[in-house]
Amino acid sequence: MTPLLVAQLVLTLFVFVMLLNSAAAMVYMERKVAALLQQRVGPYLVGPKGLLQPIADVVKLMFKEELRPAAADRFLFALAPIISATAAIAAFAVVPFGAETTFFGLLDEPLRLQVADVNVAMLVLFAIASMSVYGIVLAGWSSNSKYSLLGGLRSSAQMISYELSYGLALASVLLLANSLSLADVVDRQAGSWFVVLPRWHVFLQPVGFVVFMIAGIAETNRAPFDFPEAEQELVAGYHTEYSSMSFAMFFLAEYINMVTVSAVATDLFLGGWHGPFLPASLGWIWFLIKVGAILFFYVWMRWTLPRFRYDQLMTFGWKVLLPVAVVNLIVTAAGVLYFGL
Amino acid sequence: MIPFYLFGAVAVTASLLVIGQRNPIYSVLLLITSFGALAGLYVLLDAPFVAAIQIIVYAGAIMVLFLFVVMLLNAPHEDTEEDLARGIAAQSSAKGTLAPDTRWAPAPGVRVFGASLATLFVLEVVWALTRRGGESGEFARAPVTSVGAIGRSLFTDYGFAFEVTSVLILVAMVGAVVLARRERPSAAKAEPGVGRPHGRHPERA
Repeated sequence: MTPLLVAQLVLTLFVFVMLLNSAAAMVYMERKVAALLQQRVGPYLVGPKGLLQPIADVVKLMFKEELRPAAADRFLFALAPIISATAAIAAFAVVPFGAETTFFGLLDEPLRLQVADVNVAMLVLFAIASMSVYGIVLAGWSSNSKYSLLGGLRSSAQMISYELSYGLALASVLLLANSLSLADVVDRQAGSWFVVLPRWHVFLQPVGFVVFMIAGIAETNRAPFDFPEAEQELVAGYHTEYSSMSFAMFFLAEYINMVTVSAVATDLFLGGWHGPFLPASLGWIWFLIKVGAILFFYVWMRWTLPRFRYDQLMTFGWKVLLPVAVVNLIVTAAGVLYFGL
Repeated sequence: MIPFYLFGAVAVTASLLVIGQRNPIYSVLLLITSFGALAGLYVLLDAPFVAAIQIIVYAGAIMVLFLFVVMLLNAPHEDTEEDLARGIAAQSSAKGTLAPDTRWAPAPGVRVFGASLATLFVLEVVWALTRRGGESGEFARAPVTSVGAIGRSLFTDYGFAFEVTSVLILVAMVGAVVLARRERPSAAKAEPGVGRPHGRHPERA
């Protein structure tokens, strides 16, 4: 095995483990920030400042009994959480998170911190996102329960509706970068305008960024768009009948999806690993800071805004967000064509 | 070569299994599997763009709608002819007559149509397989990897076909809306004003 291949394998494994850990870290952050916003203490008993709480949660989930409704479709009921978790983890494969590095001279040629350097990375992301709908729909259908089915149907309608705006926001960035590769998009954002303002796409594409964030929240089924699991109406939505580790897989998928959307938003709009003060080889620290900020924003939104009504969600998606995204795309295209942005 | 046979086997097997399922949900899932395997073949052909589009458009968008329809129609099982025959026998014996109930049997025209379609398909396959070694062996090595090249030819050389296709899809959409929103007197009576301007009562309109 060549050193490059070994490095690739190690990198893949590292990303996989880190994604799982990021979900645990997110659970802790979610609970602590929620407690902060509601003037509570949050988890504090397990470990120092409650830091070991996610581990306790996982152990608890593992020892719960695995239940399956008698009338459920056995195969699909087992398959649905696997689809959800697999799609969530697979999506991160095309997301670059650091500049090219030789790992302190260990490698002869530099390796980009990215699991799979695909030249159509944005489309792959989009494709995997469209696959993740199946996990939720099948979970809803195979449970043979009305709450699950309604949750599954709602979520598929929601994800299909917001995928369009999501895709158009992606498209406006790819017009600017003239490339479908996420690494190229990030490389284009190096440097700064007038010394102080970094060349991030968020300043060229403020509308695109807002559309992307809103659609991203809807895609990941987070509040205020968490209709698939609106607990007051649907018990728990598509995962009502799931317990133990199969429930944990949906849970994991939701948090990993959040991390992925944040990482993609960082790459597309916030300059990825580019930032002042640090050398390029330590750019991943900037990347982590930016992703963390977006994740904090996610949690903040969830505990601040009430849930929309379902018809408001659909009206907003089709009559506000989609037209805005289309106009933004046309304006961007004109800008690129006539002004060479 | 091994990945090619792997993907090919998955695509063919899944496609064959699609028509053998009693539960339409499984048919949909097998079709998605088949599309996924096709996308794998496109990747092997060095066309990642086409592969991604295959997944996004077919396996993602279109099949989700299929799944939606299947779930909403709530048709979990399709009865085979044996099931129907058994049901008919039970029904006619319950009625005390021996006359077969022909309600469920397909019309003879349908059978002839199906048989001719199947014959046509077999002929097509035989024709395709016997043409080996001709021009099918050497296909044009078009640069399909470049997204820019695909876009350029789509919007210049094939611009007309592209626009006509979009109009065709629009027509289909309008048609679907018209068909779905047709007036139902019973429903309108039950809920006066629904789907009508100014809530006018249907009988007085």
